[in-house]
Amino acid sequence: MIYFEHVSKRYGQQKDTLTDVNFHLPMGEMAFLTGHSGAGKSTLLKLITGIEFTSRGQVTVNGANLSRIKTSQVPALRRQMGIVFQNHQLLYDRSVFDNVALPLKIAGYHFSEIERRTRAALDKVGLLRKEKVNPVTLSGGEQQRVGIARAVVNRPLLLLADEPTGNLDPELSNEIMTLFRQFNAVGVTVLIATHDLSLIEPLNYPQLTLEQGRLIRNELGSERPQ
Amino acid sequence: MRQQRQNRRKSRAQQPSNRLHAYLSHHREVATFSLGKLLQAPVASFMTIAVIGIALALPGAFYHFLKNAQAVSQSWDDSAQISLYLSQDISDEQGQAIASALADRAEIISTRYISQSEALTEFKQHSGFGGVLDALSTNPLPGVIIAKPNLSRHQSTQLINLVNEFEHMPNIELAVFDTQWVARMYAILDVIQFAVMIVASLLCLAVLLAVGNTIRLDILARKEEIIVIKLIGASDAFVRRPFLYGGLWYGLFGGFFAILLISLALMLLEGPIETLATLYNSQFSLHTLSPSMLLVLLVSSSLLGLLGAWLAVSRHLAQIKPR
Repeated sequence: MIYFEHVSKRYGQQKDTLTDVNFHLPMGEMAFLTGHSGAGKSTLLKLITGIEFTSRGQVTVNGANLSRIKTSQVPALRRQMGIVFQNHQLLYDRSVFDNVALPLKIAGYHFSEIERRTRAALDKVGLLRKEKVNPVTLSGGEQQRVGIARAVVNRPLLLLADEPTGNLDPELSNEIMTLFRQFNAVGVTVLIATHDLSLIEPLNYPQLTLEQGRLIRNELGSERPQ
Repeated sequence: MRQQRQNRRKSRAQQPSNRLHAYLSHHREVATFSLGKLLQAPVASFMTIAVIGIALALPGAFYHFLKNAQAVSQSWDDSAQISLYLSQDISDEQGQAIASALADRAEIISTRYISQSEALTEFKQHSGFGGVLDALSTNPLPGVIIAKPNLSRHQSTQLINLVNEFEHMPNIELAVFDTQWVARMYAILDVIQFAVMIVASLLCLAVLLAVGNTIRLDILARKEEIIVIKLIGASDAFVRRPFLYGGLWYGLFGGFFAILLISLALMLLEGPIETLATLYNSQFSLHTLSPSMLLVLLVSSSLLGLLGAWLAVSRHLAQIKPR
């Protein structure tokens, strides 16, 4: 699903943010990306989502080589994945329902289909009763669940999360992790960047650990996918 | 996983038939959304709308007055004619002969011969000096040929050449182009029309800039939102759409405001113009804005709004990362 081959990333004239990163996350797997802040976790995710492009090496996502992709093809690439942000990135000028429905509107679904799928996603994260409220009135944990509902509403093949539990207490963080595991259980490939080791150590998933831009632990392997 | 793929396939299969409908309902939704955004900040929106309205009302009103003036002068268009005053010693038969010879010329549509006696009768009837003429022993009035030239008012050089040629003909004492002042007025109207067009173009540019600037501020204010929408896979067209509709709404409302201003000006001018027309014994009154004029104003203001938004969007969206 995600394949990194000798990937380096450098911003301008500074030293490498990522150096010679190799790994392969197979379809249907779930893995954690760990490391201190500034180790390059966010940069790695940006390379997958087409926000940034590699300085050297190749990133392949779902069979598409991102160094060869055209700018006009990036939106279609992003529609294949769901992204969960640390600070939720919700839009506070519209309701919870409209926030979650946004990816479906972008994909051009018919309204009845949008309604059905949005309700299903909200139900999944336990916020169906709050569909009409403005997300600004929700707690941090609830807002993050809205963010997750929005990420999964288009039934993506790949779910990416950047510090999804960053501002949450351990109990809420566990709830969020449970949600991700449930999505993985139905076949979604999941990659979660986090620095919260106490949260993920009890869970038995492979880890990728970055330190100063180098992958110092790779429990996924890096052989070329077939 | 297989189950999920089947679901996906199923939902894709049902998409195409609904695609157009979904697209249209999306457009309707974005249009409503942009309208809502406009109404959420009524004061700021009104200021932009007022700028557009005033900028469009000026050329709109000028154009309207010009059309009115042209409508009045239209009735004079037919009356372009040349009066040829014959020498005193020309007999009626000779006069008739000259008239019919002139009528055969290509640049003359028709001629009419007015004999000395007819001229006298006409003069007595219309001038009020009949008594003075009675005191004279002979008829002092010459025979006249009224020639209608086959030339439009725009061919003023040819008209003047024709008049000069007639004047140098034997038997003709004097040739007068009766409606030279009409030609002059038309020329003045042409100049004004051209000036209005220049002013209108400048003001249209002002509308573009006003809308463009408003949309630019709107884009900057909603930068975070744009980034989020792009990150969840929105195409450029999707991101652009609400701003373009915003520009369209600004333009449309600006057009309505311009119509309001022009109508108000017409109402205020109605009284004074009526007084003026009465003093000139004229039935002239200002027309209200015609339906076609309303349509032209609204359509052009909407298009200007759309274009202004397009300029702002294409320039500023490219600067927002991620692309």
